[in-house]
Amino acid sequence: MFDRNKLIHISGMLITLAALWLLLSGYFKPLLLFFGLVSIALVLVISLRMELIEYDKPDVLRQTLRSIPYGFWLLVEIFKANIDVCKRILNPSLPISPRLVRITSTQRGDLARTAYANSITLTPGTISIDVEGKEIEVHALAELGEETLATGEMDRRITAVEDKGYV
Amino acid sequence: MSEFINVLAYFFVIGGAVAIVIGLIGVYRMPDFFTRLHAASIVDTLGTIFIIFGLLLYSGINLVSAKLILIMLFVLITTPAAAHALAKSALHGNLRPMLDGEK
Amino acid sequence: MFELATGLILFAMLLALVLAIIGKTVYDKILAVNIFGTVTVLFIALYGFLTQRPDFLDIALVYALINFVATIAILKFFEYGDMGRSSHINEEADI
Repeated sequence: MFDRNKLIHISGMLITLAALWLLLSGYFKPLLLFFGLVSIALVLVISLRMELIEYDKPDVLRQTLRSIPYGFWLLVEIFKANIDVCKRILNPSLPISPRLVRITSTQRGDLARTAYANSITLTPGTISIDVEGKEIEVHALAELGEETLATGEMDRRITAVEDKGYV
Repeated sequence: MSEFINVLAYFFVIGGAVAIVIGLIGVYRMPDFFTRLHAASIVDTLGTIFIIFGLLLYSGINLVSAKLILIMLFVLITTPAAAHALAKSALHGNLRPMLDGEK
Repeated sequence: MFELATGLILFAMLLALVLAIIGKTVYDKILAVNIFGTVTVLFIALYGFLTQRPDFLDIALVYALINFVATIAILKFFEYGDMGRSSHINEEADI
């Protein structure tokens, strides 16, 4: 009745929910563990009825693992962009030159494109304003943000996380 | 060694607080709404990362540090979505961004 | 040990509140409230360490989620005029 792919997704959600419950509560008494089990089962039943789990994503685990090095790379980028924006704010003459830029993204899925737009917004100095199909409209504070986006390295890395490849 | 780590944690937390104050000064100085969003994202990224990292160093590895990492992940995932929603609805509300040529 | 940082964060919260009062457009006010929420999350986390009671982190976690939902809800209210309607105009998803 259950195929293998479906079973993997449901058990993965079960393990994630159980780990989250243990992390947030920190209790190991039998009664409280029973209550936790009941709440996990309730959430699982609700999300099955709402059809929240997407079964047609075979390598979601590998994508999650591949996104960890990308997260550390993004932290370094955020740090560099922050220093630039802080310098501009503390400069008495306020050297900003705001501009609108349109860039094209190369991701296939919606999730990866959302991750790209969110990474752009998370980096200070660039904010994604609008997404239409494959084009993203970006408001940049100064030249540096526009130049960093024009190299397209962030786009390449997210596409590599989405497909098989090197990050 | 633990004294050194505590001092390092102290400097990270102070650095995060200073970053938050710098971001708010930027919000006050910027000329229009869209540039204010850039200054606000300093508060959300540099302030959050520095303060949570300092508290992580101070607490060591236990259940508390897992909760700290969860807080940082929540803040870093939700604030860009909120900033994008603000920018998009400001654009729909007929608020034109000030561009470089028309300064 | 974190008294100075807590004082700076309280000052930043005051600045955000003043911005929420003097902001010209409604978006400036929402931005100020959003900043205030983020800073409050960090303040609650720091306060837990200041008083040696790390249980405060649970409150900070919940506050981070509520802050996001509040910002989105207020924006939706100002964009569409009421909370009940779906974001797609064509779909009549009313009760």
